[in-house]
Amino acid sequence: MSISRRDFNKLLVSGVAGSAFGLFGMSGNTFAAGGSKKHVVVVGGGFGGAATAKYLRKLDPSISVTLIEQKLSYITCPFSNWVLGGLKTMKDITHTYTALRTKHGVNVIADRVVSIDAAKGTLKLAGGRVIGYDRLVVSPGIDFKYDAIPGYSQKIAESKIPHAWQAGPQTVLLHRQLQTMKNGGAVLICPPDNPFRCPPGPYERASLVAHYLKKHKPKSKVIILDAKEKFSKQGLFTKGWERLYPGMIEWHSSTGGGKVLGVDAKAMTVETDFGAIKGAVINIIPPQKAGKIAFDAGLTNEKGWCPVHPASFESTLHKGVHVIGDACIAGAMPKSGFAASSQGKVAAAAIINMLRGQEPAPPSLVNTCYSLIGPEYGISVAGVYEFAATGIIEIPGSGGLTPADASDDQLAQEAMFAEGWYTNISKDIWG
Amino acid sequence: MLPKKNVMLGLVFTVVPLFHAGSTVMAADAPAPATVAAPAPTPAMDPAKMRERGQILALSCSGCHGTDGKSSSIMPSIYGKTTGYIESALLDFKSGARMSTVMGRHAKGYTPEEIHLIAEYFGNLSKKKN
Ligand SMILES: Cc1cc2nc3c(=O)[nH]c(=O)nc-3n(C[C@H](O)[C@H](O)[C@H](O)COP(=O)(O)OP(=O)(O)OC[C@H]3O[C@@H](n4cnc5c(N)ncnc54)[C@H](O)[C@@H]3O)c2cc1C
Repeated sequence: MSISRRDFNKLLVSGVAGSAFGLFGMSGNTFAAGGSKKHVVVVGGGFGGAATAKYLRKLDPSISVTLIEQKLSYITCPFSNWVLGGLKTMKDITHTYTALRTKHGVNVIADRVVSIDAAKGTLKLAGGRVIGYDRLVVSPGIDFKYDAIPGYSQKIAESKIPHAWQAGPQTVLLHRQLQTMKNGGAVLICPPDNPFRCPPGPYERASLVAHYLKKHKPKSKVIILDAKEKFSKQGLFTKGWERLYPGMIEWHSSTGGGKVLGVDAKAMTVETDFGAIKGAVINIIPPQKAGKIAFDAGLTNEKGWCPVHPASFESTLHKGVHVIGDACIAGAMPKSGFAASSQGKVAAAAIINMLRGQEPAPPSLVNTCYSLIGPEYGISVAGVYEFAATGIIEIPGSGGLTPADASDDQLAQEAMFAEGWYTNISKDIWG
Repeated sequence: MLPKKNVMLGLVFTVVPLFHAGSTVMAADAPAPATVAAPAPTPAMDPAKMRERGQILALSCSGCHGTDGKSSSIMPSIYGKTTGYIESALLDFKSGARMSTVMGRHAKGYTPEEIHLIAEYFGNLSKKKN
């Protein structure tokens, strides 16, 4: 059987088909012999993994894609601060894998990957199944270095002092603590040193917690005990706090008494260079590392993150395995959901090239992080990235912050666009 | 089935449609660079490569404007707009002639040529599916 000339010409005009031609030139015989489809497996159905799965299928429907995610539904960290502020519900930030299954033909398996054998091209699920792949994408997100903070542990995080840096039960716990605390108590937020997931996240959290407190517990305060000397969008946040929550948010730099020396869950205090500080609610955001499976599979370096080739996001440690999202080292890109999804799309395109025996096309990457300071007060940081000899760099002259002199109208517009962004990116990934 | 040697040497710029069961249509033209007699066309000359580049660049837009530029929110849709409209909007964002919150910061990350490829990609996408 063969296709007609006319059909073939149709193929020529469609975007990716043009690049399909290298395929048979390189390995057509092996492809045709088995009549078998190429199989790409994706581990993790978050911002990075789900975007990769959807875009692999969209860019080349001939590829069969399996997505392995340990949870039945995904709760986004983006907008979880809005939940704490009383502006959204948990339901608003929960997404299912139904559309990936039914609309995009992704084989979604609800299980946990326990090991990866990169030499054999297989992985093993907690349920015991072994699955083979032609290429693997790993987007497991983060894990926490609990023992970096004396007195803190996963058990304490789950019972008394949440991190709420993975959305879900942790968000619910912190939200409930805020709702039940007494008027007049202090909320302590303790962000880690760089690099960590969502650099502006702790400060958006401080803003929206203050929004809630101002309305319901006006005698209360937010105290940020920071491991850093400066933070993301600092000027914009500080100005917003002065305007919306005067006197309510206190920020201490690492050398200004912010450094957390330990935490006492019984006394509900945080130990600093300037003494112990008592919190009605304490939110410790511990230092982070790549998700556990990245360690188990030998994909991490000595710092606990995954080095990758910047054009394809293929691991420099294991061939055939791509690592994207928070777990990978992506040069100038921040660890954000937007960045993870952009990397997922680039990895999908690169994998299609590589399965066809071609070089990955030069990537173009992007990020926008909106932060809400108040319901009508939004700010953002944007960046456009490309691949250079030194890795992924931000294109000079592009991107940057909301201008310091932005009008109230602009700030209100950015708040609306933040919401528009969330709707569209959620649908772009899980819809 | 094609012997490997033929594929490697014989198909330079020749289009050979192939088909096999259980998969979508695939075909071959210019194969491995090392054995190609004629120089490979530069990206700027090869329309297929340019479309591919346009698509890669355009993938960045969907994070805010929706898959294929189809927005479900207050964000403007790109889908359905003409190449000319998209190109001049992006160039105006880039120069600052058109006011924006965030688009100016994004548009500054692309050359006029890249903006043209993005605009053409979305313009064609809208034409094709309408
Ligand atoms: C409070 C807060 C606010 C934020 N706000 C924003 C924002 O406004 N914009 C933005 O762009 N980003 C934001 N982020 C950052 C964003 O959440 C992360 O950058 C993003 O989730 C990273 O995506 P990922 O795919 O790397 O990991 P994740 O989204 O964490 O996904 C990893 C997935 O892998 C699964 N998994 C892990 N290991 C296994 C295994 N062994 N087997 C099976 N499944 C596994 C997990 O269950 C999880 O679903 C925010 C983060 C926080 C904490």
